[in-house]
Amino acid sequence: MTTSTTSPAKKVSVAQPPVSPLERFRVPAAFLAGAVLLLGIAPLVLSDFRLNLLAKYLCYAIVAVGVSLAWGRGGLLVLGQGVFFGLGGYAMAMHLKLADAADTGQALPDFMQLYGTSDALPWWWKPFANPAFALAMTVVLPMAVAALLGFLVFRRRVKGAYFAILSQALAAALSIWLIGQQATTGGTNGLTDIQGFFGYSLNDPVNQRMVYLIIVVVLLLLMAAARQLFVSRYGELLVAVRDCEERVRFLGYNPANVKLIAYVVAAGMAGLAGALFVPAVGIISPALIGIVPSIGFVIGAAVGGRASLVGAVLGAIAVAWAQSTLSDAFPAAWTYAQGLLFIVAVGFLPGGLASLPTVVRNRRTTTARSGEAA
Amino acid sequence: MTVILNQSFTGISIGAVLLLIALGLTLTFGQMGVINMAHGEFIMAGAYTTYVLQKSISSAGVSLLVALPVAFLVAGAMGALLEWLLIRRLYTRPLDTLLVTWGVSLMLQQLARDVFGAPNVQTHAPDLLTGNISLGGGITLANNRLFILGLALLCVLGLTLILRLTPLGRRVRAVVQNRDLAEVSGIATERVDRTTFFIGSGLAGVAGVALTLVGPIGPTMGTNYIVDAFLVVVVGGIGQLKGSVITAFVLGVLQSVLEYSTTVSVAKVAVLVAIVAFLQWRPQGLYTLRTRSLA
Repeated sequence: MTTSTTSPAKKVSVAQPPVSPLERFRVPAAFLAGAVLLLGIAPLVLSDFRLNLLAKYLCYAIVAVGVSLAWGRGGLLVLGQGVFFGLGGYAMAMHLKLADAADTGQALPDFMQLYGTSDALPWWWKPFANPAFALAMTVVLPMAVAALLGFLVFRRRVKGAYFAILSQALAAALSIWLIGQQATTGGTNGLTDIQGFFGYSLNDPVNQRMVYLIIVVVLLLLMAAARQLFVSRYGELLVAVRDCEERVRFLGYNPANVKLIAYVVAAGMAGLAGALFVPAVGIISPALIGIVPSIGFVIGAAVGGRASLVGAVLGAIAVAWAQSTLSDAFPAAWTYAQGLLFIVAVGFLPGGLASLPTVVRNRRTTTARSGEAA
Repeated sequence: MTVILNQSFTGISIGAVLLLIALGLTLTFGQMGVINMAHGEFIMAGAYTTYVLQKSISSAGVSLLVALPVAFLVAGAMGALLEWLLIRRLYTRPLDTLLVTWGVSLMLQQLARDVFGAPNVQTHAPDLLTGNISLGGGITLANNRLFILGLALLCVLGLTLILRLTPLGRRVRAVVQNRDLAEVSGIATERVDRTTFFIGSGLAGVAGVALTLVGPIGPTMGTNYIVDAFLVVVVGGIGQLKGSVITAFVLGVLQSVLEYSTTVSVAKVAVLVAIVAFLQWRPQGLYTLRTRSLA
């Protein structure tokens, strides 16, 4: 699990050199080790409380898989992943709230009765009572929003910092909008106190364990899918667009489409992560999806290694873990440490911790050239 | 009619605040492609400078006037230090500056929390700036808003004069238009960069002084404005001041008119949609430097 499986981007973009049998099985072996560790060992060793925390971190790791694809491979600085995380989360939470209300015989979710502004369910809540629709929406909704924004932006060749700022503004706009629509979205509090998950009570530790296992399986599947995407022709094209978009255009490809796919897939992954986050944590709120958490999604990937799938995932887990453990114990010191971490990881180790072995090796042989240019 | 006029004045004053913040960004983002997220904390530094000065100088009016140049120097020095320590190492990776400066911004916010405490603090506005000017027919203009508008226009004028008439301005424009050509022509681009960063960050400090007149001073005050200010630069186009000036006022008026006819939250979303639509028409922003470069 801890061994880096994907080599830095530079190497992937050239044809794969012949590999020894040991090399060939390294990736599946690491993947298998990770699966055994997360599926078999973690539920046995960790307490219910810790397992639940791990489930939460793994949701962030799922977002990081998408970030690694869009930013690490595609060079798209996606600063608004919180939007897609939130759309998926809210779609799931809306269904679960409606199911909770139906279980207790109420017509409306509890917070709507509390604010008491309307006595009928808003029309856009109604379809979410259907579990299949709600589940589909957790992925379709984020992908649709990403496709729309991505299509408009990439088509006109708005790129680099402009794209980053627009995606960030989207995160700000969505969280402000959610806060403003308190009567139908729960406002600042968000959708809280979720009891059931498709008929299973979330208060039961056994069901919490089930949610954890679902999250692990989704994470592993998405990592495998992303890895296939990385080594496919499309993956090569994406790296080429990142490194020299104009040259790809001159070769006859349309870089806008290449970037759009990466952005939309990353959005879908974030949406799924948000949907799984809701049963694991029991809440979704604007504070979890605004500008600050959106940057947090990127930072985890940056610390671990943006272009390396395993690096990004481990980075996201580590940062989330450090955040929740250290921020309680040393709030002030943790903020300084966090700032310093961003500066060091992004500024001086652009390939992240995953590139550390390569950097050290290069420093020994040639002059230091750390990682790849962003 | 009265409502519309009052609302447009509110919009113009929102625009003036945006403009003050975006001016510095136009310089740093426009010239160097550096996305400085710590710009918001330089605003905060300017605001806290006013607060500290007011504690030692009892007269609110005098302390405000003293605060303007002092905040410029404080924020400018912080910016120059940031440029020297971190940003100059990242010129080949402009996107990464965003994340690095975000880290800096986190640390500065915590520093403010440790030094001044987490709760917001307040300054006293000079008596002259607390009243209203009534233009008759129910139209009133708040003095503090007028002061900010005047300050913003003064900063634009000053910056335009510097860029147009001084040797420094000529060097800055040369670097913006073509960094390599400027360098081979004998311009010390690194020194120009540091000066530009000093001026750009200093303007954030001035904006911070202005913000003390309209709101509380707190560790997170900068983050509330930074995204909007970046949008101004994106829509205005980089490298030219007039784009930012027009955009700041248009966005300010748009925001306040939409806020009046709908709600604050809907207005935010509508403005963003309008910006994306605008970029369909002019993807490089309102005014761009025409160059032969592909990027």
